[in-house]
Amino acid sequence: MVLELQKPRPIWQIMFSTHHTDVGLLYLIMSLAFFFMGGVLALFIRIELFLPGPQIIADSMTFNRMFTVHGTTLIFLFILPFASAVGNYFVPIMVRYKDMAYPKLNAIAFWMLPPAGALVWLGFADFTWYAQPPYSVISAPAPAADMWIFGLKIIGISQVLGSINFIVTILKCKHPDLPLSKMPLMAWSFLSSSLIVIVAIPTFAAALLMLLTDRMGMSGFFDPNVGGDPIAYSHLFWFTFHPEVYVLVIPAIGMMYEIIPRFSRKPIFSHSSGVFAFIMLAMVSFASWAHHMYATGMSFTEKTVFMVGTLAAVPASAMHVFNFLATMWGGRIKFATPMMWSVGGIALFFAAGAGGVVNSAMPLDFITHDSYWVVGHFHLFVMGTIAFGSFGFAYYMFPYVTGRMYHEKLGQVHFVLSFVGAILVFFTQHILGLFGMPRRVYDYPPFPEWIAMNQIITMGAVLLAIGAAIWLGNFIYSMGRGKPADMEDPFKLGGKYYYPYQQKTPHHD
Amino acid sequence: MSEHGNWAEWVYIGVVCALLVWVGAEAWNVERLVEHVPADAEVIKVTGQQWFWSFEHEDGTKEIGELHVEKGKAYKFEVTSKDVIHSFNIHDYVVLIDAVPGRINIVWFVPDEVGEHEIQCREYCGLLHYNMRAKLYVEEST
Repeated sequence: MVLELQKPRPIWQIMFSTHHTDVGLLYLIMSLAFFFMGGVLALFIRIELFLPGPQIIADSMTFNRMFTVHGTTLIFLFILPFASAVGNYFVPIMVRYKDMAYPKLNAIAFWMLPPAGALVWLGFADFTWYAQPPYSVISAPAPAADMWIFGLKIIGISQVLGSINFIVTILKCKHPDLPLSKMPLMAWSFLSSSLIVIVAIPTFAAALLMLLTDRMGMSGFFDPNVGGDPIAYSHLFWFTFHPEVYVLVIPAIGMMYEIIPRFSRKPIFSHSSGVFAFIMLAMVSFASWAHHMYATGMSFTEKTVFMVGTLAAVPASAMHVFNFLATMWGGRIKFATPMMWSVGGIALFFAAGAGGVVNSAMPLDFITHDSYWVVGHFHLFVMGTIAFGSFGFAYYMFPYVTGRMYHEKLGQVHFVLSFVGAILVFFTQHILGLFGMPRRVYDYPPFPEWIAMNQIITMGAVLLAIGAAIWLGNFIYSMGRGKPADMEDPFKLGGKYYYPYQQKTPHHD
Repeated sequence: MSEHGNWAEWVYIGVVCALLVWVGAEAWNVERLVEHVPADAEVIKVTGQQWFWSFEHEDGTKEIGELHVEKGKAYKFEVTSKDVIHSFNIHDYVVLIDAVPGRINIVWFVPDEVGEHEIQCREYCGLLHYNMRAKLYVEEST
């Protein structure tokens, strides 16, 4: 692994490098920077909603722009690049190759992201990360909306390039002595999520072009006045972005598959059931996109088909949860920070999945749809599961990247604050949704229940923010001044068996 | 890997699948009943536009920002939009359907008690989306 801070190099050497760990490091730094930027927006949103009436944000347009950029940033500029960071570091090592298959393509895929991020942030669009026409065509203010479209276009291309790289690295550059069936589950997770990206992204790429030409007045794909259909956009969007949900969650589960067996000091319960569940999820992810659209006026038959497709994804997810629990069962578990994040993430993954079953049941969806329930539901996935898995892996990678240890107690404080905060925020949002509060609102009528629940949520968000601040301080301090890590066994788990990726790989610099 | 049995996993997956089948079947059955609009339902045309709701009763009466209905009577809403997508929602009666320009979506309900309820927009529609509200008044039948 690289030890950036023990063997300092000039920054341009890392920036212009094509080596997989250098590109991984760039992904890591950029994704964490965007996490904090998106998180600050979330904090503004929560403080604004602490009480009815304007609080700290002057007008609803600013608020709408903030939640749009919050969502876009955290999904496309934090979660996806963070997974790419982990994949870049570990996938070549796991398949025992010297680098990614196409190192230059890898660097290009990364360097597309900062300009895309700049477009999203400098534009600050207001049409939600969903960009639903006709609003996004006839109402959304001009430079911002077009900048968002181009930003997302670039992110999509970068993702496709990155995925091609992962697929080729895994399938073509894998060491001949390592059969696919023995490949670590984290590498399997990157293979399955990359395959989903290749199939899913082109649809949204097409939808973005149609949106752009509609905005320029050259076409009317989504304009009902000239025979277009705004709901067609919803289908194109969700055909990409329901599978994309699995692109986000599968690498996070892969990361937990690295952490949980090592910290339970036991091999994984069933490698083959993990592989099976990843492949199942990759396939059924394409069978459920329109469950986001029950309320658009779909027929009973359509709704039934997509409900069944949605429910079909549950057994595979349940297999992962079972695999984790069975691995921990009877193990000598060490609850160090990475393990706490993984276990907490699994608990919230289970809760999120249970809520998802409720949403998919057609009559119940009409209670929860577009309410705060949905906000709580998907945040349990993106924050509770994916970000928790990612944070755990960030702690896990820390000694390998910096050669030093983070402060263990502060890491645990970060976890406890975040876990309590996440429950306060996202569970309460479910209940608030049942009380009928719509999502994406700048202000709300002063119903006493709504006020009370919004205040609980804001307090939970403050806990999350304190945790994140502690994390930032911990990492910055420990990078330079932390205790030097024992690179053979930084977490004192014993046994070389648990670190297959420490095998010496040729470093081509 | 072959040393441990995995009967526990099969039982667990079986239980999960059985629960899913039950949820799916129950949802299918309920939705089938819920979508069946009674033949004698009175039509109310609902139009959403940035950022208010307007209603037109069968007898031609128009209302803006408020809707008066009678207790115990079935109403069928024909919902559409003039500009962008909105979502017509009476949360207390689980009435929810998108107002899509160029389409007429149908939803129905029977108010069973006299009272006042909130009508709101549940789909993001821009600047004053948060304030796109109306009042439903359920009155004693005449």
